This record gives sequence, structure tokens and C-alpha cells, in this order.
Amino acid sequence: MTASGPAERSWDSRDGRPEAGHGAGRGGGWGHAGGSGGVVPPRPAQPRILLAKPGLDGHDRGLKVIAFALRDAGAEVIYLGLRQSPAAIVAAAVAEDADLIGISVLSGAHLPLAGRILAQRAEQGAGHIPVVMGGTIPAAHADQLREMGVAAVYPAGSLLPEVVDGLLGLAAQRAAT
Amino acid sequence: MTEPKGPGAASSITTESGIPVAVVYTAEDLPGGEPALARRLGRPGEPPFTRGPYPTMYRGQLWTMRQFAGFGAPEDTNERFRFLLGQGQTALSVAFDLPTQLGYDSGHPMAAAEVGRVGVAIDTAADMCDVFAGIPLDQVSVNFTINATAPIILAAYLVAAERSGVPWRALTGTLQNDILKEFLARKAYLYPPGPSLRLVTDVVEFSSRELPRFNPISVTGYHAREAGCDAVQELALTMASAAAYCEAFLARGLDFDTFAPRLSFHFATTLDLFEEVAKLRAARRIWYRVATGRFGATAPAAARLRFFSGNSGTTLTAQQPLNNVIRSTLQCLGAVLGGAQSIHVMGYDEAYEIPTEEAVTLSLRTQQIIALESGVARTADPLAGSYYVERLTDELEARATNLMGDIDALGGAAAAIEAGIPQRWIAESAYRAEQELASGARPKVGVNVYADTGGAQEATPEAFEVDPLVGARQAERTRARVAARDPGPHASALSRLAGDARSGRNVMPALIGAARAGATVGEMADAFRDAFGEFTEPAPW
Repeated sequence: MTASGPAERSWDSRDGRPEAGHGAGRGGGWGHAGGSGGVVPPRPAQPRILLAKPGLDGHDRGLKVIAFALRDAGAEVIYLGLRQSPAAIVAAAVAEDADLIGISVLSGAHLPLAGRILAQRAEQGAGHIPVVMGGTIPAAHADQLREMGVAAVYPAGSLLPEVVDGLLGLAAQRAAT
Repeated sequence: MTEPKGPGAASSITTESGIPVAVVYTAEDLPGGEPALARRLGRPGEPPFTRGPYPTMYRGQLWTMRQFAGFGAPEDTNERFRFLLGQGQTALSVAFDLPTQLGYDSGHPMAAAEVGRVGVAIDTAADMCDVFAGIPLDQVSVNFTINATAPIILAAYLVAAERSGVPWRALTGTLQNDILKEFLARKAYLYPPGPSLRLVTDVVEFSSRELPRFNPISVTGYHAREAGCDAVQELALTMASAAAYCEAFLARGLDFDTFAPRLSFHFATTLDLFEEVAKLRAARRIWYRVATGRFGATAPAAARLRFFSGNSGTTLTAQQPLNNVIRSTLQCLGAVLGGAQSIHVMGYDEAYEIPTEEAVTLSLRTQQIIALESGVARTADPLAGSYYVERLTDELEARATNLMGDIDALGGAAAAIEAGIPQRWIAESAYRAEQELASGARPKVGVNVYADTGGAQEATPEAFEVDPLVGARQAERTRARVAARDPGPHASALSRLAGDARSGRNVMPALIGAARAGATVGEMADAFRDAFGEFTEPAPW
């Protein structure tokens, strides 16, 4: 069982099954998934990836799929869930010493939300944590997001291995620094 | 160039939901032979309604072509509605932005970046008047995809109707008002499940008195399906939810034969054509059995399932987007062969943005071509008697009925959803589907097979852009309207609303009073937040 930081509940990944859940958002703790059963191994062996949905969008199919896939690839996933404010996402990433922040937006509000998350990242002195975005993001907006400082963009149509490899690669880079 | 291979001779070939499929079906596959089949089917318009809710089906009346639309400020959506009606669309379906769905006014900090984006922004009844300006509400049926704030939006619509001189009794349309599936899959919930169900019931009770031609709820499996579950789970979850609502309405003292004829349903139609047709036919038969067996329906209309079908957005791909036109055509055909009462066809560009006017027109044309050129609407339930489709219909009915039993054993749909159990089925099957897409086990043209276009179809569709200033404009307009309202009636209307919310009285009259007095959606939603609190999601795993 892995547990650290403000996690209230976590799961035992030895059999790959959840032991208990998470309480997302306002007033709740958040869920940890992954780990190697028993002890948290020293980084960078196990990248710590925080996943969240900012704004009001409730489409969480994609983010949960990514969470499951990262867990199965050996990452520790901190799943914040729905309706998170940019400030809360960055604060959680700092508190959890996350190697990467993964954000999913399918409401079309990706540009302003990314801007606010990046601003919060600067404000909270977390410029070292890469931010990655996925969702319904047109190609022109993906370019804009990268120019703004988003480390990688995975628009609709990205296949799972590509996303998982990309996230693990970025997290490993950050963990190695 | 390799020849495309068929599914092969393996014995493990199944439908998308895992039902084994034989190489060929014969009369042997119909248990009890033709006479038993005839009893399981009935005639169209007759119990158990397997073949359709109406005797003449599309010969009598084509399905309603109802493209979901809404974006920007009320006047932007009004313009799109008039465009669609001008193109031959026969009813309207309103998409609301997320702040409206979650009870925030356009000027609220939580609404920043979201105003007018996935739907139209509604802050006051005056906005509702603007959305429908110049549209005769007694002649056009209107669907509202709204749930957590459904009673508030209904109140605003009733005030808009009143102001345009249309009596409530003349209004037709559907309020989605299905909060269980928000907790289950769509995630635009607001208040805890208990008070949420009470609000749903308030709407149904009010409507059964005041809105005889309006469907006050549409029980929806579509979102669970889009979130990842299969056809069997979609059927079972929809029926179990419908049963949970009916229990709540009966507990309120409503009469089943009175409210049930106005229940409406909403299913996905995805790409597994015959399984989907079978699912829609099975849905009618299951509902007949639930309505008569469990709830003792005596009026035929109370056991007759009518449904809307939205095609499946998750079957569409960002790669080679024009291929989505073909996928949508197949799905629309499935909904028609399944006997849908109204249909929405996705825009081929929806993996990118809100559909452009061009894409929406093409979706409407898809429906019109199937209706007018293909000939499939000539006769009711044309696939009846197909060994394969009948076998699948029986199988889906049996499997969904079993799963409903499992849900009942968990305490019913509301309890199961509150415990997060079906949410886990959904997330796990979404993960499985994505793994199969990556491994190639689930072929997807343009994605994991035939992905190389040789240069054709590489351009992405032109993205639809919502005016970036719409949020500021809408917030300013609402500020002006709030400043202009008469404070006395507004304050007393809100205090009556707060009182009724706490006392358990039906909130609809107080909501209508508040909407008339110029209260905003956010103010009305806050009255419920104060009374009920807000819900936070339990474990996703």
C-alpha cells in the first residue's frame, strides 16, 4: 500500500484492484493508485503523476483511462477528479511532489484554463513540474498550448501507448533533475 | 495491398457486448418457433411493443429530426435554431453551457472560460425569451438537455412561453431531468442524490398537472454508454433507473397510469448495427414487462416505451474525419430500424469542436436521405422475423433483465450509483476498449487499420470558434437586468423559494415566481445549495 502526503485513502495495487476510493475536490482527500505493494520505492523508479479535470467539464472517461493505464505501467497516480480550480491543482501537485501534472479538457476551454494553470504554476514556484494536456483540442490550439509552455498535448485521436509513454518519459525527465 | 479479412471462423466471435455470434441463424434459433415469436413481438403499437410504439410507425409520422444545438449568448443560439428550422429540422434541442447546467451565472468566477462554450448561457428568464424569439413555442417541440438545474430552466421556459402568449398546456417537448445518470456518467450533478431525486419528482408532479403534452423526464442510458459501458449494461442501467424514478413518483402519491405515458427514454445507437437494433427492440419489451409486471400499468400508453436516440460520439474519430459521415449514417439507420421517435446525428467534426454549420447541415441531410430516399421508413419494424435479430433481441432482453436483478440486489439503481458500483463497470470497460484499440483487437478504420491516407483527408476540419467576448457580454447584460429589476418582489420570491426548498413543498411554483421576478439561475441554484448542500463524487476506483 502506498500512501503519502494528504492522501486519505489509497489502494493496494498488489492484485491491481482498488482497495478503497478517493474523495475528489473540495474538502476531500485524493486517491493514489499504483505503487509496488508495501513501500514507496525511491524516485525516479516510480514516477508520481497528478491527474485532474479543471473547470466544470465532467467528461472523465479519457482521464480515467489514462489513470488506469499509468497505474498498470507502474506510476503512482494522484487522481484529483472533477471541477478542480487551477490553484488547487497546482497546490496539490506541489504538496504531492508530483513529477507531472496531467490535465484533461473536453469543453473547449483548454486555452484559458491552461493559461490559468501555468500562471498558478509560476505563482506557486512550481515551474519545474511539467504540465500536459489532453482533450478535444484542435491542431492550431495544440501549437498555441505548446508555445504557452504546455509540455505536451494529446488531442482526441491519440492512442493510449503514445500518451502513456509520453507522460512517463516527461515524468522521468523531471524526476531525474 | 492486403485483402480485408472477415471476422473468421473462430468460435469466439461476439457482438460488442460479448454475445456469441454463430456463422448462420435458422428457425431453430427461435425458442418455441413462430407462434412463440409472434407472442414475444405483438404487432406494432400493441403489447409488448417489441415492434414499435405505434401501429403505422413511420408511415404515420416520420421520426423527429432533432439536432442538438446551442452556443454563445441567447441570440447566437436563436440564430442557429432559425437556421436549422429553415433547413427542414422539425424540432429543437437546446444545449446549455456548463455554468447554466451547474447553476452559476455568467459573471461568477466558476463560470470564467466556460460561458457559451458547450451550449447557450442562460442567466434569467429574459435570456430564455431571447433564445426563442420569433419561434412559435406552441408549434415547435423543444428538448432541454438539463438535469441538476432542470426545474430552474423549466421555470424560465414557462415564463418565456407565458410572455410570448403561449399557454403552458400547449407546450410540447422533453426535459432531460435525469439526475441519476449525472452521478453515473455525465457528471453534471450539483446536489446530493436525495434532494436531487426530490427535485426530479417535483418537476414530474408539477408537469403531470400543468403540462399534459410535455415529457418531464427522459431516462437516459446514452451517457453511460458513451462513458464506456456496453449495450446490455446500457439497457439494464436505463431500466433500473426508470424503475427507481417510478418508485419515487409513486411514493409522492402520483398515479402510474397518469405519469408513465409521459416518460421518455434516451439510448445511444452505436456501430454494431444488428445488436443496436435488437437492443432498442428489447428495450420496449423490457419496459412493457416492468411497467405491467412491477408497477401494474393498465393503460397501454403507460407501458409503451418511446425514445430519442443520439448517435455515438465516441465511435467517431479525429483521424480521417470524413469517415465519420459514414459511421453516423450507419448509426442513424440503426436508430430508424430500431424504431426511434426522434434522432440526433453527430457532426463529423465533433472530435474537434462544436460542429460547424456545414457539419450540422450534413447531419440533418443524413437523416433526410435515410427518411426520404432509402425506403427504410416504408414499413414498420422491417427486421422483425430475422433469425439473427430476433435471437439477439431475446438475448439482450435476457442479459439485461439478469443485470437488472443484480442492480436490484444492490438496492436498486439509486443505491448502486451512490455506492459507485456501475461507475466502476463503466470505467473498466472504457479502459478495455482503449487497450483493444491500441492492440488492434478492435479495428478502427483510419486509426489502427488503413491509417495511411496517402495525403487525402489530412486536413482537419475548420474549427468552430465561439466569440471569446461572449462571457463578458453576457455577464454585463445580466448585471444590467439585475440592476433594473424591482427588488421587493424579487426578494420575496427568493425567500418563498428558500422556504419551499426546506419545507419539502413542490418547488416549481416558487421557481416560476422567482423567474418572473427576474431571479437569476445562480440565485435559484444557490437557494437549493443553501438548503441541500453540494455533492462530491465518491471513489472512481
